[in-house]
Amino acid sequence: MHILDDLDAASLRDDVPEFRTGDTLKVHVKVIEGTRSRVQVFQGVVIRRSGDGVRETFTVRKVSFGVGVERTFPVHSPVLDKIELLTRGDVRRAKLYYLRALRGKAAKIKEKRDALPAR
Amino acid sequence: MTNQSNNPVKGLLGSKLGMTQVWDAENRLVPVTVVQATANVVTQVRDAGTDGYSAVQLAFGAVAPRKVNKPESGHFTKAGVTPRRHLIEIRTPDAGEYSLGQEITADVFEAGQKVDVVGRTKGKGTAGVMKRHGFKGLSSSHGTQRKHRSPGSIGACATPGRVFKGVRMAGRMGGVRQTTQNLTVHAVDVERGLILIKGAVPGARGSVVLVKTAAKGA
Repeated sequence: MHILDDLDAASLRDDVPEFRTGDTLKVHVKVIEGTRSRVQVFQGVVIRRSGDGVRETFTVRKVSFGVGVERTFPVHSPVLDKIELLTRGDVRRAKLYYLRALRGKAAKIKEKRDALPAR
Repeated sequence: MTNQSNNPVKGLLGSKLGMTQVWDAENRLVPVTVVQATANVVTQVRDAGTDGYSAVQLAFGAVAPRKVNKPESGHFTKAGVTPRRHLIEIRTPDAGEYSLGQEITADVFEAGQKVDVVGRTKGKGTAGVMKRHGFKGLSSSHGTQRKHRSPGSIGACATPGRVFKGVRMAGRMGGVRQTTQNLTVHAVDVERGLILIKGAVPGARGSVVLVKTAAKGA
């Protein structure tokens, strides 16, 4: 699809930090309620990144009142106010679906110790 | 043809570049097909007096002049344009407003407009009835033997003693002209000659499609 790269470039955001699965993110989502809009924060672990270019999405999982909640966002969505990278995780998988079966301390992801602040 | 004869029809040939997605003003994701319609030229204007009907002939696509035969190159010379690969005729009552050699660009369409898109579908080769006609096939179990994708019965027995004409069977699929009606133009980029049409249009990437004003609908 290289032909359409020029067209897609207009939809791409350039303020997306580099992050990968296992990282903990704070995703600021713009929510429109009637006439006014506010920003809602969704904080959790990235369990997958999928797709490429303008179609790329990522899924953030958090446990809210004992219930697992996952939200999938397009990386370049204009709905996102900003993406904040909190911690880098030390994981060996590209997709962390195994977290869904784990609870409590077992579902905790080790933080990457020697990670450079910005690659 | 009753309604059509009164409303002016606009058309444009283009090549299908492929599909992608864009966000609209309300931040909703819109799947779009991108059609590149670089300058079309008018090669002939037909009117009721000489031709019996009113239409405009458009040409599109580059072609090496040595590949164009004498009659065809004469036709293009008459219009005062370089030869093109594809010719199409659009029947429209306002054909008189076009002039020979006139260039038509993507700005004939505007965002939000309904259009029909004509193209040649992707060829699928010989296909069975499940793929070609959406038959359900036979059961995967309950004793079915090597017949899971077969059509089943194709008719009765001694009466009528033959298979009726037109019974849907396996055969060549795709590679036919198809019109998709009432698609919405999402955006038009006049500078690059791009038309972004919401949804899918017939044809493979790189194939030639005709975009024209919707025949039906509002």
